[in-house]
Amino acid sequence: MRGQLPNKWFYNLWLSVVLILLVMYACFFSEHLSRMFEKEADTKAACSPNTNSSVDDKARLLYEQPKIIPHRTDVVFASPWLAPIVWQSSFNSILLDGIYKPMNITIATTVFALGKYVRFLKDFLGTAEIHYMVGYKVDFYIFTDSPGDVPNVTLAEGRRVKVMKVPSSNRWQDISARRMEMIQLLIENTIRGQADYIFCLDVDSKFYAHFGVEALGRLVATIHPNYWFLGRDQYTYERRPESRAYIPLGEGDFYYGGAVFGGLLEDVRAMTKTCSQNFEADTANGIEAAWQEESHLNRYFLYNKPSKLLSPEYLWMDVAGWNKEIKLVRFSGVEKNYAEIRPN
Amino acid sequence: MQGCTPNMKLYSLCLTGALILLIVYACFYSESIRPVLHDIGIIDRKSDRFHDNGANSTCGLLLLRTLSSHHPSKTRNKILPQGLLYKKPSVVSGRTDVVSVAPWMAPIVWEGGFDSVVLDSIYEQMNITVATTVFALGKYVAFLKDFLETAEKHYMVGYKVDYYIFTDRPGDIPNVTLAEGRRVRVLKVPSSNRWQEISARRMEMIQLLIENTIRGQADYIFCLDVDSKFHAHFGVEVLGRLVATIHPGYYATDRGSLPYERRPESRAYIPWGEGDFYYGGAVFGGLLEDVRAMTETCRRNFEADTANGIEAAWQEESHLNRYFTYNKPSKLLSPEYLWQDIHGWSKDVKIIRFSGVAKNYADFRPN
Repeated sequence: MRGQLPNKWFYNLWLSVVLILLVMYACFFSEHLSRMFEKEADTKAACSPNTNSSVDDKARLLYEQPKIIPHRTDVVFASPWLAPIVWQSSFNSILLDGIYKPMNITIATTVFALGKYVRFLKDFLGTAEIHYMVGYKVDFYIFTDSPGDVPNVTLAEGRRVKVMKVPSSNRWQDISARRMEMIQLLIENTIRGQADYIFCLDVDSKFYAHFGVEALGRLVATIHPNYWFLGRDQYTYERRPESRAYIPLGEGDFYYGGAVFGGLLEDVRAMTKTCSQNFEADTANGIEAAWQEESHLNRYFLYNKPSKLLSPEYLWMDVAGWNKEIKLVRFSGVEKNYAEIRPN
Repeated sequence: MQGCTPNMKLYSLCLTGALILLIVYACFYSESIRPVLHDIGIIDRKSDRFHDNGANSTCGLLLLRTLSSHHPSKTRNKILPQGLLYKKPSVVSGRTDVVSVAPWMAPIVWEGGFDSVVLDSIYEQMNITVATTVFALGKYVAFLKDFLETAEKHYMVGYKVDYYIFTDRPGDIPNVTLAEGRRVRVLKVPSSNRWQEISARRMEMIQLLIENTIRGQADYIFCLDVDSKFHAHFGVEVLGRLVATIHPGYYATDRGSLPYERRPESRAYIPWGEGDFYYGGAVFGGLLEDVRAMTETCRRNFEADTANGIEAAWQEESHLNRYFTYNKPSKLLSPEYLWQDIHGWSKDVKIIRFSGVAKNYADFRPN
């Protein structure tokens, strides 16, 4: 016994020393571990792009090294025309915020809340404050026929709501289709020079997870959650050649959702103007495309390739089932009784 | 030791081993601990190749302004003609064994990741001209014939290409038949005794070429090394606002081991813990203005270094890497676009499009 005690003590001491060192290292010296706990990169000072700054600034943006071998192999991250497709794990928010925050951008964001749809605004705005372009300047433009019913939601600094009164309508299809023209006019008359990007979102939805600057691009379309496994001939494109939204069988990339699209002002203006004009031409010819302006949007995006695509994480539906590729739902249409809220 | 069983000996050995490993890791790999060890004097600054005294006026923060989407873009709409038939895009099947988009959302171009039918029909409508520079000084003129002949087979086929050949021996330019819409312009430049200097002066020459000659005459510019051959399709999938190529030797290497310039005194300095990829100086390009800005910066930084008596580890390639770290490229080309014949086979690189030929440097370089 007498011989045993010093040995036991000796080994316990070694063990304790090693453990203490490990803990110290993990807490104070491991960059990798501390990055995991990092909430925001320190982006205080920006350097001039062209020269070494004479400012002895230690604010460094540190992030995980990009890899060539992917974490995720279950989805494709770029379209055949090399537009990135935004999925969970394809982007690094620290890096992207390091790029965009110094740019001091403003993102105009439109929603249409006519008739009973005003009731969705509270949740839409409330969840947007938690998840949508957080930390950036956002101008929400709420198109409504009952401005008095717009709820009062507290917004973070730099974010504001502008209410745009528009006429009512008896047909939800008309409301939906008129959106294109209203967005076009909004860009032309109101927000040019006041915003850098515009995003156009459906109001009957909520944000559930991060929806940030990874979505920004020149012309951004979102892959509709219902159709991405189908062949192009099964997409619900407008198939009548008489319509200006016509897409022949054998053509088509994805079916894009009309509930989320955006981009630079001029590019979205061109798209909404084309869709609006085509919709009106159709109306004059007595035809209405299968899914109204969404059909026109799909035609536009087929022949004018978007520069970035958002995965169905960015446009989901609460009623949809589970898909293994969707690791995260960021924005989703809430369950609703259409008969109850639509005017027709 | 009395009472010491074999198990306890093993136990002690393992603990000691773990402790040693920890210390080794801390000394050589931990970026935070190393400066502390410098101060204590455990690691000598002079001999430490990981030297970082932090006193450099380094632009530590990223100025990452290149995302073409923010600025009023000079890249045009990608308009597709109607009636074009091509393979349906998919969100679940494609090239998934390699990363096809960088974390700042720049696409990385790999075989299987793009559809040339779609891209050609978009770009053919734009009637673009791609200016293409090569430097063939001294004995390097010997590479021109193969370069041009293989380019005619694989490089931007069907598009207008203006080759700008910088050489000190205009008489030695081979006569290669070019397809319609493609032509060669020879630019005489002074000779040099040092290959490093020839390499580094390229930046200035490209900058001046854009400013004085090709503005308004070309839409894109690509700058390629002459001592290479084309082996496969190298087309409009590479076009973008600011395009860099991932160097074949380092595409899977940890950033701490990339051969960036590590001396803070140099303007090409990239600190430990920063950097995305190691980009090759042999293939880069983009829109004229963006390439002009890059070459001008690299050139000025190289000259500032020279005035301070320092030459970066890999000359202008080091400066290029620094530029691309803090001004993110809008598109990256995989090592398919910049290979070297001396490399072996790689399972990720399924096709070699452009590759430096094996050569005896002593035969070709002036120094």
